[in-house]
Amino acid sequence: MTDAATVEAVAASGHGDVHAHDPHATNTGISNEKLAMWAFLGSECLLFGGLISTFLLYKEKLELFPEFKGRTINQFGAEIFDIPFTSVSSFVLLMSSLTMVLAVSSISRNDRTRAMVWTGATALLGSGFIAGQVYEFTAFYREGLGYTTNIFSSAFYTLTGFHGVHVTIGILLLLVMLNQLLRGKLHAGNAEKLEIVGLYWHFVDVVWVVIFAVVYLIP
Amino acid sequence: MSTETATVSSPGHEPASAHDDHAHHGPSDKQYLVVAAVLAVFTAIEVLTYFVDFGSALVPTLLALMVIKFALIILYFMHLKFDDKLLLRIFVAGLVLALAVYFVVFFAFKFFSAGVPH
Repeated sequence: MTDAATVEAVAASGHGDVHAHDPHATNTGISNEKLAMWAFLGSECLLFGGLISTFLLYKEKLELFPEFKGRTINQFGAEIFDIPFTSVSSFVLLMSSLTMVLAVSSISRNDRTRAMVWTGATALLGSGFIAGQVYEFTAFYREGLGYTTNIFSSAFYTLTGFHGVHVTIGILLLLVMLNQLLRGKLHAGNAEKLEIVGLYWHFVDVVWVVIFAVVYLIP
Repeated sequence: MSTETATVSSPGHEPASAHDDHAHHGPSDKQYLVVAAVLAVFTAIEVLTYFVDFGSALVPTLLALMVIKFALIILYFMHLKFDDKLLLRIFVAGLVLALAVYFVVFFAFKFFSAGVPH
């Protein structure tokens, strides 16, 4: 059956919005939007995998730089990273995943008020995380660690910066969702929209779980 | 007859929408809170490793906690435990490829830099 025929058949059966109400009208039984998001997230694994790999490989090369002579990588890391501060940021991002699932859960029950509260809370927590990252970057820069200071700093800023950009995009998507909720355009019938944004948001969180352990905590 | 045709061509059939699926098969809000609490505890243990000397158990502990947290988020918060297995395969394929790229580059660095005086 062609796409046009599918649309006509579904419209005739009383389901005007194919994408919102009949996500199973595909060969896979999964809506195209959701499948596309998962394919995108699969490709994002490669992007962040490459960035984390680069950081780990160049971290070892840090010892080659004369300015770090006499110090180990671990000593240098302990000197620049503020683990208690980053731990709070990590916790904030982790809790934003909870508020995100609660938002999706609320909209699936058509509880728009709670969905708005949880979506707004998620955007707020995400903004808190970004504010923390801006503060951290500023502190590092003031300590003399610029983007081109050494190969370690380049790899570090590229990795965490890319993650920060992803979080920022996630916040913008959440604000779009919040706007749709406020205008009554998002409801249980098209809750999958918020679920797809939620998938992106959880992915951003899961990437930070890896970055926090690999970059900040593992010596 | 394909699934697509069967689903679309039955007038009056009310196909289960995505939100219905989750309402029936996904975790409840209480379960989400339990998962979040477990994640918070694991994060606290991770942070504890910075203040307490774990010795040789440090790296395995952090890696184990990272993997468990990763799995909990993708399985429960991202619903991979309850959704179609195709989605799990797509995501795992990306992960496996990413890990393969890392190991290939890691060993390339080791082999090609071996014997090079620092």
